[in-house]
Formats: sequence, C-alpha cells, structure tokens
Amino acid sequence: MSPSSSIAAEPGAVPAPDEHHEHHPSYLVDGTTVKSWLLTLDHKRIGVMYLIWVLLFFLIGGIYALIVRLELLTPGPTIIDAMTYNRAFTMHGVVMIFLFMIPAIPGAFGNFMLPLMLGAKDVAFPKLNLASLYLLLSGAVIAIWGMINGGMDTGWTFYTPYSTHTTTTVAPILFGAFIIGFSSIATGLNFIVTTHTMRAPGITWFKMPLFVWAMYATACIQVLATPVLGLVLLLVVGENIFHFGIFDPARGGDPVLFQHLFWFYSHPAVYIMVLPSFGVMSEVVATYSRKNIFGYRAVAFSSLGIAFVGFFAWGHHMFVSGQSTFNAGVFAVLTMLVGVFTAIKVFNWVGTVYKGAVDFKTPFAYFCGFLYFTVFGGMTGVAFATASLDVPWHDTYFVVAHFHFIMVGATIMAFMAALHYWFPKMFGKTYHEGWGLVSAALIILGFNATFIPQFLLGNAGMPRRYYEYPERFQTLNVASTAGASLLAFGFIISAIYLVYALVYGQRASANPWHSRGYEWLTASPPPTHNFVGPQPTYTEEPHLYVGPEKSEVPDAV
Amino acid sequence: MNELLNNILFLPERASTFAERVDHLHYFVVGVTMLMSFAVGTTAIFFFFRYRRRSDTQTTEYVVPSVKTEFLFVSLPLLFFLTWFVIGFRDFVFVSTPPKDSMDVYVMGKQWMWKFSYPEGPNGVNVLHVPANRPVRLLLTSRDVIHSFFVPSFRIKMDAVPGRYTQTWFEATKPGTYQILCTEYCGLSHSKMLGEVVVLSPEEWDAWVKEQRKGSLQNRQDALADLSLVPQPARMAEQGQKVAAEVGCFKCHTVNGEPHIGPTFLGMYGKQETLQDGLSLRVDEAYITQSMMDPGAHLAAGFPNVMPTFQGKLTGPQTAAIVEYIKTLRTPDIRTGASSQGPVYEPIQ
Repeated sequence: MSPSSSIAAEPGAVPAPDEHHEHHPSYLVDGTTVKSWLLTLDHKRIGVMYLIWVLLFFLIGGIYALIVRLELLTPGPTIIDAMTYNRAFTMHGVVMIFLFMIPAIPGAFGNFMLPLMLGAKDVAFPKLNLASLYLLLSGAVIAIWGMINGGMDTGWTFYTPYSTHTTTTVAPILFGAFIIGFSSIATGLNFIVTTHTMRAPGITWFKMPLFVWAMYATACIQVLATPVLGLVLLLVVGENIFHFGIFDPARGGDPVLFQHLFWFYSHPAVYIMVLPSFGVMSEVVATYSRKNIFGYRAVAFSSLGIAFVGFFAWGHHMFVSGQSTFNAGVFAVLTMLVGVFTAIKVFNWVGTVYKGAVDFKTPFAYFCGFLYFTVFGGMTGVAFATASLDVPWHDTYFVVAHFHFIMVGATIMAFMAALHYWFPKMFGKTYHEGWGLVSAALIILGFNATFIPQFLLGNAGMPRRYYEYPERFQTLNVASTAGASLLAFGFIISAIYLVYALVYGQRASANPWHSRGYEWLTASPPPTHNFVGPQPTYTEEPHLYVGPEKSEVPDAV
Repeated sequence: MNELLNNILFLPERASTFAERVDHLHYFVVGVTMLMSFAVGTTAIFFFFRYRRRSDTQTTEYVVPSVKTEFLFVSLPLLFFLTWFVIGFRDFVFVSTPPKDSMDVYVMGKQWMWKFSYPEGPNGVNVLHVPANRPVRLLLTSRDVIHSFFVPSFRIKMDAVPGRYTQTWFEATKPGTYQILCTEYCGLSHSKMLGEVVVLSPEEWDAWVKEQRKGSLQNRQDALADLSLVPQPARMAEQGQKVAAEVGCFKCHTVNGEPHIGPTFLGMYGKQETLQDGLSLRVDEAYITQSMMDPGAHLAAGFPNVMPTFQGKLTGPQTAAIVEYIKTLRTPDIRTGASSQGPVYEPIQ
C-alpha cells in the first residue's frame, strides 16, 4: 500500500484540491481550516504541530526551572516553601524530559524531514503518526492536570519507596508519562518502518543522510526500551494506590528492583534525547562547511553502537546503591564504550570542517556550542563511570551539571540549530541572521554560566534536590541563577525574531544554504505530496559537495 | 599544589584515607577532560578560520579519513578511558572492602535524621563519634525511604535502603568535625537531614568512651527512646537474643552447633556457606538480613525452603539486634578470622 493512496483515501483529512493541482500549493496553504490541520495526515503538518506543542512544553519547563533557580538564590527559603519547591523541580524534570527533550527533535524535525530525506511522500503509517501526536497531548493533559491538582514531589526519577508512600498526587502524572510512552513507541515504530520500506530508488542504506541514521537508531531504542518504563510506571501507580508490595520492603518488595527497571529505560532514554541531536549536527556541519562528512560510515555506525551499548550501561546509576562491586566494574567499562562511540562522532565532525568552506551562520554557531557541550558533557559522563569518582559525585550538583551539559546542552543546541537550519524549509521565510547569532551567543554563554558553577557545587559536595543549603554554597548558586537569567534572555530574543520572521520575514529561496541534503531537493515550503512530479531518484552519496550545485529546485509557491 | 587544585575545583577538605585516592584521580580525569575540550575546541576554531567560505559557489575536495585515522579516533579515547577505569575500579574496590579490623557502627536513616549505634554501647542522633586513624565500618539501613549517607570530606557515600544492609567504610585521618548530608531525595525536609561526624584523637576517644560508660549520654539519649536504633537499655546482642526468642527463630535454628530445620546460628557469621544452587558466599550482615527478609533467595544447601519472611515483621533496630546477636555466636576458629570490633562498653547498671 502506498502511503499517498492512504492519504487520498482519507476523506476530509487532506482536501483533494483538484483546482489547485497544477500550482502544487505548499503544505502550509493546502487547506486552511482548523480541521485540515488538526486531522491532517501530512507528516509535515504533524511535524509543525509537534513543534508548536514542544515549544509550549519547553516554556512551561523553563518557567519551572527559573522558579527553582530563584528559590536557590539564598540558602534559606526565598520565594516558595519546601513542598512547592519539591513539586517544582519534579515538574521541571518531568515536563522537560517527557514532553520536551524526548519528543522535540523526532516529533518536530524527524516527522518533517525523514520522509523528505528518503524521497518518500509520507511516513509509513500516517494515521499512527497523528495518533502519536494526540497520545503525547493526552498524556500531557493528564500529567498537567495532576500538576495543577496537587502536584508530585518525588523528582522525575520517581524512586520507590518514596514515590509509593508520598501523599502527593503521583498517579495522574505517572499515568500521563505512561501514555506519553506510547506516543514515543508509535513514533519510533513509524520511523523504523519508513526507513526500511520507503526509501526512494537509489537511496541504499549507506546513501541515507546521517540524520536518518540517527533517527533510526533512536527509534530502535524507543521501541525496545519504552515498554519497560511504561510497565514500571504502572507498577508504581499500582503500588501507590493499591499497595501491591513489589517495591515496598515492608511488604516483601525490593526498592532497588525499581531502580534497575527504571534505569533500564531511562539510561537509554538519554540517547533518545541526544542521538537525534547528533543527527541534526551531522546535517548542519556538512551544509555549513559545504563538505562531505569526514567518516560517514563511522558516524552512522557509531549511532547504532550508542543505541546498542546504551542498553548495557544502566548500572552506573547504582554504584552506591549496594549492588555488588563486580557489577560496578562491568557497568563502568560498558559505559565507557558510549564515550568512545561519541568521541568517534566528535572527531569526524571536526574532520568534516577540515578543508571545508565554512559559512558561520546561526546554526553553525549552535554547532560550535554543541561540540563543546558534547565533549565536556560526554567526558564528565565517562568521569562518572569511573567508579571511585562516582562515589563522592553521585546525586550531587555535579550530576545535575553533567546531564544538563550533555542532555540539555546538546539537545538544545541541536534543537535551536535545527529550528534555524530548517526554518526556511518549513516555513519558506528567512529570519534575521544578526539577531540569530546574538541570541546563540547569549544562550551558549548563559548555559555555561548556569552549569559550570554547578559542577563546582557538586565538587564542593552540595547534594541535588536541596531546598535549603549550607551557606558556603551560596556564591556558586547565585552565579548559577544569574546564568539562568541570561539563558532565559537569549531564548526570549530567539522567540521574538523567529515569530517576527514567521509573520514579516522575507520569502526564502528553495535552498538558501545551498545545501546538498536530500530534503532541499523540493520547494520550500514543500508541496503537500513533498515532490512535484515523479518520486526523485538519488545516485550520489549524501552530503556530497564535489562539483557545481545542480539548481533545478523549484522555488516556493 | 594539592591545596591549590582543591581550591580551584572547590573540593572540600580531605579527611580520610580514601579522599586522597579519589582526589588524585579527580585531578587526572578533570585535567584530561579540560585538555581534550581545549584541543577539540581550538582545532575546530582554527578550522573555522582557516577554511572559511571565500565565495558563494566554492566547492570542496572530497576528503575521507584513512583507516589509520579512524583507528586513532577510537584508540585514543579508549586508552584514556580504560586508564581511568583501571585506577577508578581499583579505588572503588578499596572503598567497598572494609578492613577486617574495622570498628562497626550501625547507621539508620529515617525521615529526617541519622541514627548511629555501636554494637555494645550507646547510640546517638545526627552525631557520629569515631576515633581518628582507625577504620570504621558503617552498616546502613533505613526505616522508611531510601536515604544516602554522604560525608564530602571523606569522599564516601552509600545508600541506606530499607529492608537491607549496605556497607561502606572510612578511616578518618585528622580529628575535627565533618558534615554528613543526605543525597538521596527523601521528602519534604531532605535538605535538613544533616549530621556530623566528630573525629576524636585517641585520648579524646578514650575519654569519650569512658563518659559513655557512665551512661550520662545514654540517659540523655533515652529521652529519644522511641526514635533510637537500639532498644533500651540492654546491649544490642542481648536484645537480639530476646527478639530472636520472641519471634521464634529458635524453633528452627539452634545455637549449639547442631543443624535443625535451619542451619545453626553458632559460627554462622563469617563462614563460607554453600548454597542450594551449588554456589557459595560468605555470611555477612547483608546475607543474614536478606535471609530474614527473603529466605528463599539464597538457600543454604541441605535445608528445606520453609522459613517465612520476616519482612515487615521486624523493625530496623530489631533486625540489627538479631544480626548483632548472631555475630556474637562464634566458634573460636572463626573468632580469630573475620572480626569486627566495636568499642567495648561495660553494661550500664
């Protein structure tokens, strides 16, 4: 069954605009009713809707982050009480991880770009694609309803037996996360099948763009790991309401079992968050250095490598939980392999710039930030896997700083890079380059100012999730809060000029960056069925910049 | 030099034998990380300038790495990471393995306080007294949720998990007072769950022990009787014997060396036990606790799986007391092997 026929067969979803057919209107104007957006089966519109929602969730999570940082300005109570603080950091974590970082790049850019990059007319299961968006939203609604009605104070890791004993509203939020998990699985499944079955003629596995490789590796993790999270969250809900006794030692349960199950998902989940970033960055670095990827196969295989060894590294979260010393050694070594695979990518990205032709545009600025966050964040990750160092660092601000560097730093850099890089493709408009660079600089600086003090706080021994702290930690906390304000300011600037560009921006040409990425081989914004005329065929390897540009791309309608 | 690095890295004062080992690896790891970030960063920046775009139609060469280059990309980080691993794991084994002559202290986390008790002596809330230059083994458990015992100056940390015992150890190197923090989120007053370790010089320690014998602190602690780890006023082992009799341990376990329905308690602690599945393990606090809470988990060979679980039937202090009681039932040959010497107090009248 071809996906295009399934689109056409859906009455009302995409109006068959016979009278417009010869103009091939862009997906943005092909149907303007609210229904044509909400019930669309077009992967591009679904991608745009994902983008809008994840940006909203990012805003909510960011507001919580600022509340937490403001509270930590002084050692004692500052603006909120302890219970509110505990709920705030929990919600910051839950919203940012489950509603922003996991769905952001796959949902928004993966949905939009994957079929374009494969020369396909849509993803393999367009209805499932729409369903996964609505699953995400229903999960979000349930979770946010829980937040408003009581909130939860367990931290996003929901460690038992605290989460099974707390009197706050655990059930709706965990149930929300459970439903969001299904969204993640559905998206992953869709991408795997799309990649396997819908590549245009000529796109062999080793001619796929690296973003596709990264999305494919991510999808594998999503499909394999998320069910475990769903299961464990349901068990916690059951434990909390019905007192099953699976994790409660007073009833014969084992609290450490929860940690094993939880991290079996949540450690690979880190790679669900960063692998798409790696994919975005491979595209960005090739385009703006105008060069083929230095070691294409190494970068592609290292994505699969990370996805694979990512499953065998969860035990490094439990070095001080009482697990055996031997276990600690095994998990330490396996975790280091992730570092090796990441290093391969980093070296190859730098190698890509070698003998290139660098155009220092906004997405490239984010690439620079990304490179630094990945190296420093990644290496502090390996430092954690070094068992003896983990002992003092575990559960201190060093952990907080580390995962913000690698998960948030890298993901945000990639998200912002993707947003700027594909903005003309998605909306057919151009933004102001100067403001782009200014806000990129502010965001990168703000990020460092926020989290470098937190590394030092961790060294000094400040535990995470502290509402009050001994006075000796104050200077660094003030520095961190100041950095967070700078960071927020950077994002506000971005929001302003991007919204401005959306409304008043100049029309972009079909391929403003002169990229050789496959997704640029159609109009910007693309027509509803992605390509005008027959499905394109590809003979060259991706990211190839040898020889003059073939400019047969039609301009946007 | 160490002083300077510690200041730059905001590391707290070093006050245990483990701290030094951790810090030296810390310098090495952070140094390599900084160096690598700097190297990658400057190479990248150099490339950005050296290879900046000169015209809008510029094309580039097709450059791919040689096998040698890719091999370097893999082996360089791997080499460093493995070096870290080898040193780190060696040190981790060090901190996971208490010396045989350690002094034992039971630690119980409870929302939101730390309780300490010595096998044959007093107990205290939030203040742990230990002698300097003597290894101290901590046996940790929790009464409610997971807590984590962290002394930054000693660079040690261990989770206190309800229903089981975990252990860690330290040897304090200089007298002083050091902060204890809880690092596993445990609810509303998580950040107020602070305590301190008071490290005493040998003379002060002797004086403190004498003071305890008088029972004056004991009496003060009795005011907190319902919160205290050790049931009052008997010694922990005696109390354990009483609890064991009350809950019916002796229906199946003897204390004279003869096996009954279950293995005898005599000489159980510290012995190498052969299990039903052919494996063997050393009987320690963790195993004894597990056998009470989940008897079928590691069944001793030759005995039926008939013991009921005592999960939820024994409180943390009762479990600790039974473990301590079993530890006293030693045959002479075992007594000379693995030993655990707490400070010895005279019974309080």
